[in-house]
Amino acid sequence: MRDLHGRENDLAHHLLLVSERHKADHEVYHLARDLAVWSQRHVRALAEAAPSYGIDLSAEPEGKATLAERLRERGSELLGLRSDAGLLMLRDLRTVYTEAAGISLDWEMVGQAAKAAQDDQLLQLVQQCHPDTLRQMRWANAKLKESSPQVLVG
Amino acid sequence: MPQRDRIAEPWGVRTPYEPGDAWPVRVDSYLREGLSAGDVDRWVPAASLLHSNGDAMDIAVKDGAMVGVRGRAHDRVNRGRLDPKDLFGWQANASTDRLTRPLVREGDELVETDWDTAMSRIVARTRALLDEQGPSAIGFYTSGQLFLEESYTVAVIAHGGIGTNHVDGNTRLCTATAAEALKESFACDGQPGSYEDVDHADVIALFGHNMAETQPVLWSRVLDRLAGSRPPAIICVDPRPTPVARAADVHLAPLPGTNVALMNGLLHEIIAHGWIDRDYLDAHVVGFDELEQRVKKYPPERVAEICRVPAEQIRRAAEILGRAERLLSTVLQGFYQSHQATAAAVQVNNLHLIRGMLGRPGCGVLQMNGQPTAENTRECGADGDLPGFRNWSNDAHVADLAKVWNLEPEQIPHYAPPTHLMQMMRYAEEGSIRMLWVMGTNPAVSLPELHRIRSILSQERLFLVVQDLFLTETARFADVVLPAATWGEKTGTQTNADRTVHLSEKAVEPPGEARSDLDIFLDFAARLDLRDKDGGPLVTWKDPESAFEAWKECSRGRPCDYSAMTYGKLRERGGIQWPCDAEHPDGTERLYAGGRFYSDPDYCETYGRDLVTGAPVEPTEYRAMNPGGRAVIKAAEHLPPHELPSEEHPLVLITGRTLYHFHTRTKTARAPQLQQAAPDVWAELSEPDARLAGVTEGDLLEIATPRGTVQAAARITGIREGVVFLPFHYGYWDTDSRSNDRAGNELTITDWDPASKQPINKTAAARVRLLERRDAPAPAPTTTASAPRTASIPPTAGAPGATADEDLAGAM
Repeated sequence: MRDLHGRENDLAHHLLLVSERHKADHEVYHLARDLAVWSQRHVRALAEAAPSYGIDLSAEPEGKATLAERLRERGSELLGLRSDAGLLMLRDLRTVYTEAAGISLDWEMVGQAAKAAQDDQLLQLVQQCHPDTLRQMRWANAKLKESSPQVLVG
Repeated sequence: MPQRDRIAEPWGVRTPYEPGDAWPVRVDSYLREGLSAGDVDRWVPAASLLHSNGDAMDIAVKDGAMVGVRGRAHDRVNRGRLDPKDLFGWQANASTDRLTRPLVREGDELVETDWDTAMSRIVARTRALLDEQGPSAIGFYTSGQLFLEESYTVAVIAHGGIGTNHVDGNTRLCTATAAEALKESFACDGQPGSYEDVDHADVIALFGHNMAETQPVLWSRVLDRLAGSRPPAIICVDPRPTPVARAADVHLAPLPGTNVALMNGLLHEIIAHGWIDRDYLDAHVVGFDELEQRVKKYPPERVAEICRVPAEQIRRAAEILGRAERLLSTVLQGFYQSHQATAAAVQVNNLHLIRGMLGRPGCGVLQMNGQPTAENTRECGADGDLPGFRNWSNDAHVADLAKVWNLEPEQIPHYAPPTHLMQMMRYAEEGSIRMLWVMGTNPAVSLPELHRIRSILSQERLFLVVQDLFLTETARFADVVLPAATWGEKTGTQTNADRTVHLSEKAVEPPGEARSDLDIFLDFAARLDLRDKDGGPLVTWKDPESAFEAWKECSRGRPCDYSAMTYGKLRERGGIQWPCDAEHPDGTERLYAGGRFYSDPDYCETYGRDLVTGAPVEPTEYRAMNPGGRAVIKAAEHLPPHELPSEEHPLVLITGRTLYHFHTRTKTARAPQLQQAAPDVWAELSEPDARLAGVTEGDLLEIATPRGTVQAAARITGIREGVVFLPFHYGYWDTDSRSNDRAGNELTITDWDPASKQPINKTAAARVRLLERRDAPAPAPTTTASAPRTASIPPTAGAPGATADEDLAGAM
């Protein structure tokens, strides 16, 4: 659970970075931000559940944008006029996908453990969060599928 | 014959009727001053091209010129009626500033040239880009003003000939969400309902649909029901005091951006009271359980807080909807151009699915269109989808299309969803789309965040082709401008929002060297020498009728089946609704009778998308979810908009339209009666917000968002508090100002619905500031949603030349 908490935190932070880096790609900008909120929600849910298992996890998600990141956002608007922004976006989406895939497996394992231990509360948490992770993966995958032809061939 | 000022009275005289009766005939006509019907040489059939209603009319021709119009008495759509845009808009055809010769760019200037020079430039650039980069360098931006034959031809050329995935229409701005909402619920595009449902309904609910102004003739039909002795109840969802709101039994005015919450609140009440059709759900629908769970979190009190609408009103509206015996719902831009567009529009479909109210008289959904031939862009593939509602992620469908076109399936791009317009603009911005062909539309005024759009269109590295009637704001950026013929100057079919197909025939010659869009595309295909896999020509037709015949073959067996229609039949019968095949030679009034849908995994147009992320659903997932081809209920949670009001920008800006204008006014501003009714931009404010800003009627305002500022005269109306409205019609071609401070889209945000990809024009944070006191009232109509609160403002009326005839002689 501690690992999962850390990884959800990382994914939220990374999605915010991706959003800021690709401000000129408006769908990525808005959606990465929206999907970061899901991971932040998971972080809070995990922190709430943690004490029952004798763990202490922070409920406050990391990943608030710093000044440096805001500067990067401005830079991304300028970079947005160049075509290598596309390659950078593919790399970023690939990372979102692989991070989310790792988290999905973590949820899978926690879910299996919850079933074996007949821990309904934990199972409920998994059922509440895991579908979000799968949707984050599908989004990154779909966006990659859509963008690759233009970036790689175009 | 009775005469009426149709600027002052846009809906004309009432012809009341009762449920189940036929809508009485009333023939409206308008002829150039001094002429009467006896002077007309001939009448040529056509249908409206300034809105999606599809009003059937005859164009009056005298001495080779258009001199007026008359409604067609026996057409199913309008039964003789015409609206002000139909009555007066035709005059724009004869404007002296029509483009009559092609133009090409020489340095900073556009200079006149001949067709051969203009087309050679386009073809040379196309070939060079195909050699250098491939089809991904080329994009086509089509229009819901093209005829079916033209939409289909451009789809064949782009998808089949050039092989680009970058094709979209300006319908992305008006009906992309209608299409997507239908695709999500029924796995296929296609309007379920029919206008005749107005004749039978006991409740008519209009969701973000100011029908009185966008489809005035359909609204006349509703008004005639309301004037009868057994009128339907009306529910209106709209933040503005529209004519619909004024006629409504319940008017809900939610805060913009909260439509999903409102719909969930209504569904919550309907499910909680058991006003649902269990048998229908069990037999024909998947997904109800999830909806039931989801809306549990939306009791009226919570929804009231989110939408800032009294809980009691939500309960009342839900009860009327829940107890309706024949419910007709219509949806338009208030949902489609707002936050969570598809999710909200889908909830209207859900309302009908849980109530089992589809496919029967009076029980229908009309997910409306904005552009007149939006339906044709969708079914023919000029909006990027595969023609005939074929499924790009179903290989068998691609193979089938390849057979129709005699190509290899690999020649038709289908590796990803078609590139939508806003993404095309993005590719042009970053430089990977290097040629954009814009036909019959004006992105330099109609797209969000105009300073960005101008900077994209003006790039030297982008080769811009514009095909239009006038030198629009967009055409000024072009490298090649092609003068196009328009409605009345060419022949083709048009399909309206309730699937009614009309033949619109050539009445007069186009001006100068202007050519029909079809002829331009055929010339392009011939010059590029596009071939099928056996070396024959890819485009085998040469005129409108042969193009229609080709389309019939492409549509055969698909939901939008035209195979039993002919030009002859359309001439003889007037409007016919698709599907029209051997089994249904007279067309089909309503889709989905008996709960039979087009959603079988092997037949459906799409497997749907995630409503929040927009990610397409994988085929295997869809098969598992809906193996039996039922309707699909998709639940959604309310999410806050991306741009919320703040201290600096405390208001919500919505943009929209007015009855007297269409799109960017290229035609309607050139019809004097329409232009005089709404001559310049205005901004609508509520009384409390006006007081806060120290503004009174007519004062000059500055409206600002994080993207820019616009100046407009204040109109104080009954609009809901916290909201400011700007009409989006007003661009720059008819102003002297060079400061880009008039178009509503200077202010809108670059953001779109993830599922339908429709830009969000109705959710942005804004502030207003008094610039200058003025004594004259705002140049806004008084007859419409912009009706003033202030007394003593002279009512909108037409000059003597705005009087039209209304003939009730044929009334039953």
